[in-house]
Amino acid sequence: MGEDSGTAAGGEPILRLIDATKAFGAVHALEGVSLELYGGEVHALVGENGAGKSTLVKILGGVHQPDSGMLVAADGSELVLTDPRDARDAGISIIYQEPTLFPDLTVAENVFIGRQPRRGRRIDHGAMRRQTRVLFERLGIGLDPDRVARGLSIAEQQIVEIAKALSFDARVVVMDEPTAALSAIEVARLFGIVESLRSHGAAVAFISHRLEEVFAICQRVTVLRDGRRVMSQPLEGLSASDLVRTMVGRDIAAREHVAREHGEAVLRVQGLTRAGIFEDISFDVRAGEIVALAGLVGAGRSEVARAAFGIDEYDSGRVSVGDRALRRASPRAAMDAGVAFVPEDRRQQGLVMDLSITDNIALASLRRLRRHGLLSAAVERRFASDWAGRLQVKYGRLANPATSLSGGNQQKVVLAKWLSREPAVLIVDEPTRGIDIATKSEVHRILAESASRGVAVLVISSELPEVLAVADRILVMREGRLQAELIRAEATEETIMAAATGQAHVLAPVLEEDAP
Amino acid sequence: MAPETVIVDSAGQEPSRLRRLGSWEAALVAALIAVFALGSASSGEFLSSYNLFTLCTNIGDIAIMALPMTLIIMVGEIDLSVASTLGLAAETMGYLWSHGWPMSAILVVVIALGAVCGAINGLLVTRVGLPSLAVTIGTLSLYRGLANVVLGPLTVSNFPAPFNELGVQNFPGIPFLSWSVAIFVVLAVVFGIVLHRTPLGRSLYAIGLGREAAVHAGIRVQRIKLWLFVLSGVVCALVGMLYAFELSSAGESIAIGFELKVITIVLLGGVSIFGGVGTIFGVAVAAFVYAGLHSALLLSSSFNDNDFQVVSGGLLILSVLIPNLPLFLARARELLRRHRARTRRRGALRRAS
Amino acid sequence: MSEGRSAAAAPGAGETASPRRLVDFVLRLRTFGIIVVLAAFVLATALDQARFVDGGNIRFILTQTALYALVAVGEAMVIMTRNVDLSVGSIVGLSAYVSANQFGAHHAPIVVVFLVGLAVGLVCGIANGAITAIGRVPSLVVTLATLYIIRGVDTIVVGSGEVVASTEPNSFLNIPQATVIGIPVLALAVAVVVAVAAFYLNYFRSGRDLYAIGSDPAAARLAGIPIARRVFGAFVISGALAGVAGVIWASQYATINSTAANGLELQIVAAVVVGGVAIFGGSGSVVGAALGALLLQTINSALNTVGVSSLWTEAIAGFLLVVAITLDRAVQLRLSAALRRRRVRLGA
Repeated sequence: MGEDSGTAAGGEPILRLIDATKAFGAVHALEGVSLELYGGEVHALVGENGAGKSTLVKILGGVHQPDSGMLVAADGSELVLTDPRDARDAGISIIYQEPTLFPDLTVAENVFIGRQPRRGRRIDHGAMRRQTRVLFERLGIGLDPDRVARGLSIAEQQIVEIAKALSFDARVVVMDEPTAALSAIEVARLFGIVESLRSHGAAVAFISHRLEEVFAICQRVTVLRDGRRVMSQPLEGLSASDLVRTMVGRDIAAREHVAREHGEAVLRVQGLTRAGIFEDISFDVRAGEIVALAGLVGAGRSEVARAAFGIDEYDSGRVSVGDRALRRASPRAAMDAGVAFVPEDRRQQGLVMDLSITDNIALASLRRLRRHGLLSAAVERRFASDWAGRLQVKYGRLANPATSLSGGNQQKVVLAKWLSREPAVLIVDEPTRGIDIATKSEVHRILAESASRGVAVLVISSELPEVLAVADRILVMREGRLQAELIRAEATEETIMAAATGQAHVLAPVLEEDAP
Repeated sequence: MAPETVIVDSAGQEPSRLRRLGSWEAALVAALIAVFALGSASSGEFLSSYNLFTLCTNIGDIAIMALPMTLIIMVGEIDLSVASTLGLAAETMGYLWSHGWPMSAILVVVIALGAVCGAINGLLVTRVGLPSLAVTIGTLSLYRGLANVVLGPLTVSNFPAPFNELGVQNFPGIPFLSWSVAIFVVLAVVFGIVLHRTPLGRSLYAIGLGREAAVHAGIRVQRIKLWLFVLSGVVCALVGMLYAFELSSAGESIAIGFELKVITIVLLGGVSIFGGVGTIFGVAVAAFVYAGLHSALLLSSSFNDNDFQVVSGGLLILSVLIPNLPLFLARARELLRRHRARTRRRGALRRAS
Repeated sequence: MSEGRSAAAAPGAGETASPRRLVDFVLRLRTFGIIVVLAAFVLATALDQARFVDGGNIRFILTQTALYALVAVGEAMVIMTRNVDLSVGSIVGLSAYVSANQFGAHHAPIVVVFLVGLAVGLVCGIANGAITAIGRVPSLVVTLATLYIIRGVDTIVVGSGEVVASTEPNSFLNIPQATVIGIPVLALAVAVVVAVAAFYLNYFRSGRDLYAIGSDPAAARLAGIPIARRVFGAFVISGALAGVAGVIWASQYATINSTAANGLELQIVAAVVVGGVAIFGGSGSVVGAALGALLLQTINSALNTVGVSSLWTEAIAGFLLVVAITLDRAVQLRLSAALRRRRVRLGA
């Protein structure tokens, strides 16, 4: 593989994926997707969550093998990646959003694991250290090669991964949402590195939800939607709204908003503080009102919700429902006061994936489902089928495990679990992440209906169109503090983004994060 | 990094957790029938009242200890210190009795002792966040060591008659039923109802299958785990008294190695070592499969207890290997596929060059 | 580019040097801690009973330690991969009987006896490793089972007999007493084994893989490390060393029945963990494990010297194990909190 040109588009692609299809059980993650990566070019890969980006990355990284389709190397030969090592040998490097380093090994060893420089058969620790230092100098960072990886920031971990890619002279570098957890300064440094990789002739695939980043460093874009490629062309001449429209498959129309009566404040958060995470957060949510908590990833939104529900501790402040102050760090107390919490991570936190649909729906209501002190399968089944019906969950059998459901229906099961408790307060964290568009609007309808029945709803969402569609009032957090409160009439994507980033004007409207 | 990940297998991949429920129990019942059929076919003595009584005395105590162990393994933890707790309780009873304490006071002390032993395990696991494997290897050694010290090389054996009879007499009216098995049956029903028909029991499954989701559903995971360890400690301590009565003595290395038998029965009963799968019924049947096999082998051949140790260990390995069989098949297919892919690639490279 | 680099590198250097020092410091403190406790015990006992530090007793402790350290080296390698080998006590017992029995049964020379012990250990280690690595079953369960299986086999093999001193040649029974410039030969030999193992773990890719696997199994898979093969290897080494230790056991105790080395695994796991090998895997050293063994033996001997019953041995091992993992955990929590705080400060 001798080409060393910095030539941009026009030549043969360094790596080409042709017509790849991959299914997991019943779910088609990718259907006939092709991708061409050219040397000296940064190629943006965009799409909504669940569009198939992660699967594509894992195929390029040798973690998954496509059911059909093939990878072709620069020389035109087929490339079969049966495991991650094959990908590395083929000169492909993947930088994950949260890299998996060995916390107990030194930084140098993490860069060279399995390929440590040797003298004879012995590892040459000195050479390894020197080579690592050279790589870090190239990357412009002063990391100590001899420190252990435990305690590195995510940005530093990514640098180590990039150094690893440089160390075996990767021709293809795939970055899976590398900026999601980075500060502005770190993002700038990363862009410098990407630019230098590009100018050295590597092909870079760059995945991001922040379209302003895509426009800042990419030359070509591929858009995925529902596992298919819907666009692949040079970025020149495209606008952010073109991309958004292609990603979503339609123009984003503002939903008509039904005005609701708002009652008394039900959920009251006063001066909630957790050192280093969030500070002095105060807000109310009234009965029948939907309040959205917006902001960038890492602004502390989920953390506030988790603390309010009692999953996490907080240092000071007060959470109350009605007149009742909630005991801290006790989800049980919050539940007894009528709070329901649909967490961010559906598969880990929302559902017990291997339990049946019935068991999952009933899990938060078990005490109410007792007859003569004991659980009854019939009562539980009736309860579950009633609520699954109300939320129109599409399932095979109620006795099947939650793993048998699609993402959207899984989310409906989580909602059923909590709505069946008839809560006074409903907190939902990223309610539509990674689910299809049809189910998305159903979830929005469910939230609106709950509010109409007088539930106080708090929605955390990274998708601004969603925030604008459902919320009566929008709270914007930035770096652990409440930055702004916008009523529906004055909220636009621009005003929210301005508050979330602390800037006057922001270009791209889509801010998002991905499931791990 | 969660301490729970310690008993993830070496490849970091957990075998499919859901064995087909029911089929395992059905297989166990078939095995039970087979064992008893073979036992009675090979020796006329097998079904004799005397032999069945012996069988019961051999398994009763272990089966009782298997009940709290089932719940602990259900939530993804393990307690290796059960036999040592038993030993410490038995030898403490011996010590106190030989110093003239009344049995009622001893009972209170033993219960408290069991609770403390269990609480130490439980607090180290839930409050300090240590893996139960490491903690209970440590306390296995610690409690056994303390037991050694309590009585030293002495053996106490002059327990009063009514208590000793608890060990050597049959349950009134049923000649082959030992007191220990009678107690086990009652406790198994209680544990079965709690595990399968109460919110608490359901919580244990939820914890074992998805700890984080359980926390988010308002289940007090740490508190439940702590109490399970305390329960295990108390039950094992009480079994310690019962076992000493059965032996009519309490002395050095009493019940050493029982943890193997207890864990074997629990896993043979279909409880997944990764938690979240299994039934009390399965464990109860497994106890009698185990006891029947033991008795049949002892009667029909030159087997002795030591030889059965080998069978027992084999059963333990089998009961964790068998649920992995589908995984092996999948893996074998995968390896084959990769092999083919590699050959294909080599061919492609050769063509290219 | 070069301008940007120097600008980024300057604050970078200051920012990373201190966490490294902190982590290093804690790791050194760990080894240092063992040595301090060791010294304290030696000093306190010696002040009470001067004979504790005479040459004979020191040689005795070293000889005892040699056996434990040998087994601990293998166990340490297994624990590093986030597994555990509970069967080592049974392997030592079986190997001790089978190997020493060769004298009486076949008048075998000492070299053959050692080879027989090694072979016994290898077979057991291969069984453990194969079931764990290929069967993908938790090593805890596997080795708990083989603990009893191997002991059961031992009992069957021994039957009603036992090996007694009169069947063994004096040259064999004198091995523990042999010294070179006053240091027991066994201790020297085991020191060599420890050094070789330490060298292997530090300077060979496959050795480093053991740490990587224990540090993060998922990352190890992504890095393409052959996990099953490495874990298998660790169990084989653990079995082999336990097999050789069995022969040494035979030479030390001469009389061997089926209860030889019963419960040894607990002492070994305690020594390894006290010696600083993380029970979660990924860190620690065989030198630490050997030091842990030395500490345990010294404490046992010290208590013996001041007249505390040897019945306490088992309780002390268990207690030390629990204390060690608790302290390690506490230190680890403090350390990561400290590193996080430092970052928050610098990030702000």
